[in-house]
Amino acid sequence: MPTATPDLAHIDAVVERYGGERSNLLQILIEAQEPEGWLPPAAITRIAQAVGWPRGRVEGVASFYDFLHLRPAGRYRVRFSDNITDQMAGSEALLDRLCSQLWVERGKVSEDGLVSVDSTSCTGMCDQAPALLVNGYAIARLDAARIDAIAALIRERIELAQWPAELFRIDDNVRRTGPLLAPGFAPGAAIAAAIARQRAAGAYLAHDGSALLVEELKRSALLGRGGAGFTVGIKWDGCRRAADRERFVVCNADEGEPCTFKDRVLLARCADLVFDGMTVAAYACGAQRGLVYLRGEYRHLLAPLREVLARRRRDGWLGRAIAGEPGFDFDLEIHLGAGAYVCGEASALVESLEGKRGVPRNRPPRLVEVGYHGHPTMVNNVETLAAAALIALHGGAWFAAIGTPKSTGSKLMAVSGDCERPGIYEVPFGTPLAELLAECGARRPQAVQVGGASGRCVDGAEFGRRLCFEDLPTNGAITVFDDSRDMFEVARNFTRFFAHESCGFCTTCRVGTALLDRLMGKIAAGRAGRYDLERVGELNRLLKIASQCELGASACNPVVDTLARFRPAYERRLLAGGFEPIFDLDRSLLAARLATGRDDAAAHLEGRS
Amino acid sequence: MSELAAAPATFTLDGREIAFAPGQTVLQAALAAGCYVPHLCYHPQFRPHGSCKLCTVRIDGHWATSCTRPARAGMTVESNSEEINHQRLLLVQMLFVEGNHFCPSCEKSGECLLQAVAYDLGMVSTQFDHFFPDRPVDASHPQLLLDFNRCILCELCVRASWEVDDKQVFSIGGRGIGKRLIVNSESGRLADTDVAVSDKAVQVCPVGAILRKRVGFATPIGARRFDAEPISAQALRDAPRPLAKAREPT
Repeated sequence: MPTATPDLAHIDAVVERYGGERSNLLQILIEAQEPEGWLPPAAITRIAQAVGWPRGRVEGVASFYDFLHLRPAGRYRVRFSDNITDQMAGSEALLDRLCSQLWVERGKVSEDGLVSVDSTSCTGMCDQAPALLVNGYAIARLDAARIDAIAALIRERIELAQWPAELFRIDDNVRRTGPLLAPGFAPGAAIAAAIARQRAAGAYLAHDGSALLVEELKRSALLGRGGAGFTVGIKWDGCRRAADRERFVVCNADEGEPCTFKDRVLLARCADLVFDGMTVAAYACGAQRGLVYLRGEYRHLLAPLREVLARRRRDGWLGRAIAGEPGFDFDLEIHLGAGAYVCGEASALVESLEGKRGVPRNRPPRLVEVGYHGHPTMVNNVETLAAAALIALHGGAWFAAIGTPKSTGSKLMAVSGDCERPGIYEVPFGTPLAELLAECGARRPQAVQVGGASGRCVDGAEFGRRLCFEDLPTNGAITVFDDSRDMFEVARNFTRFFAHESCGFCTTCRVGTALLDRLMGKIAAGRAGRYDLERVGELNRLLKIASQCELGASACNPVVDTLARFRPAYERRLLAGGFEPIFDLDRSLLAARLATGRDDAAAHLEGRS
Repeated sequence: MSELAAAPATFTLDGREIAFAPGQTVLQAALAAGCYVPHLCYHPQFRPHGSCKLCTVRIDGHWATSCTRPARAGMTVESNSEEINHQRLLLVQMLFVEGNHFCPSCEKSGECLLQAVAYDLGMVSTQFDHFFPDRPVDASHPQLLLDFNRCILCELCVRASWEVDDKQVFSIGGRGIGKRLIVNSESGRLADTDVAVSDKAVQVCPVGAILRKRVGFATPIGARRFDAEPISAQALRDAPRPLAKAREPT
């Protein structure tokens, strides 16, 4: 076990900055790791002592997240996004190029401890792929020249803060706007409108008088924009009615679904709209504190978002007596994630906010009853909060007039893959997929993945379907695959993702995703038979009924869908017979043949040589 | 208070009416009423966990984990069906291939819950390819052996160490298929923790992962815990009976 003396003074300073609070454990670990790029055992011990938790617990938390390292990981930790969109854009060759320029093997730390290069789950830059993270900061639009530049900067040990700013430029690629993306939203406008509506009705705010805002939410029929599509008005009402008066508003900015990047753009361009949404949510349900869970891969947004918050405090849109409304106190802070897709699941997210492993909770109770530290908590997606702000401003009827009766409003679609114009398209719900494909310039599309890895895969026969909850639901991710793509490899990429991201809590998903990953590997190696394909349906059924959360329940979707629509991609990889074991029986006798110096027919299995 | 206070609430389990006390989970009420539902990570002395998923049942048509689901009056619960037992068999087989469970040489054989549940569900093979993970054995402690090959991640030792022993010798680390039991020392060795042989955490391990040294194979075959009775009978005997005082379960 590598040991090193950590800088205890640094650790103590970090702990103090976070008040020694256990809830801040993840933030403490992230910052404590900064100087050396890893957390030696002595650092874990020190932090455990400082926050008053058993050492094993702190180590358990640190070992859960991809971006925390309990072994040396190098001064520069380069992680290539390995989503299918990155691979389609040539990420693998660029990863090899960087490794060769730095004389380091993939997945290992260089001998001088300078750098490690490896892959990481989708970083949300699919419209400007391939992308990587270096010490948590994103660099997109990679090509040979940019890779060479990065290699040089690392070899010369230039501090990250001194790297050319252009390297870190992330584009928004907004292709079509609608109500959410339209410029000109005045910070605080939604809050002012909500308060004015309440005053006009003569009612008091928050606990007793916020009914009007919730009415508008219900009138709007807004459904959650994170993928699950829960009725927002019901969620807000549930929190409002909770017996416990200490309530929390949480913004789920852990956008980790592969192929999704719409929340990134909202936070980069429309932060005020989102924060207005959080604040009206607080107004509606009587919360005084809000938390934003920002995925670690969007670390570059942290400083700009904090500046927006500082400005809003100065202008009176956060803090005490917001907009002059006595008793309307609300403020919020941003917590970083550290590389764990499962933390996008609302209850796992709350666990992570409490400084623990991101393991989804048992239900009941629901989060609006027992959430953050046992208090009623509303967790909403970034885009949901932005939409809620517009509803507070324009009213629910205005919102419901857009889209379809069951899927009201507009939706940000994050389009990537084989198309001329990847990026963000804000369209009314009910828009046919074909319209989006035409607008983005889809090239000879063979298949489209709707809703990211846990969504559905559709082929040409279904391009006429409409994007809405009643037809083709989506969190917004739309990924185009042209006719040169191997849909088996697409499914395999998603399968590996779920196996990597499973939190491991329940037998079903922990072992089930690993079994599916191995099964796909067996097919890829040309060692699978028809028997193996039949196992997929059985695994899918088990994962759908006995998983702790939707990760497990969705994990087989990519294989099930592509098997149904692109069966030849699987069939041509199958062995002739029904079943072969995963290993080569004849080859397993090789050691015995070598030891005895035999290669005659009797030293091989029947029929082979 | 009248003796004729409201009768205990009931739900149906496989067509049979089960009385339950407020606060009981479906699994607790079922076991107390004499109906066995297979389970591994549930233990009557600790808060329910919900990770093994063997106790999965159908409640009013929806799938649920019975050890974490509060019982409600009027529920229709389905448990002992061929389909559900088949799913449980798959889960047990998955546990077997995930670790290295070699019963013929294991000191816990005959006393092991994983093995007993497997027998009860009629498992005759593991079906899936074995993972053969490379897991260590920690023999650092003078009296205790930690064999991680056999750990089924039920977290009973974690819960016991925290809730009963007032320590936290055991914790969970890693993620996904890499999830593993870890101990509360900087070296990572059991010998450097404050574990004691008398700890509840040591006694509660349902499999052969936490063992006392030098007592292996002390009980002859035929006299072991599960030689006499299958687990389905023993789990019922261990189940607390909170309604016993109020009224006998029908």
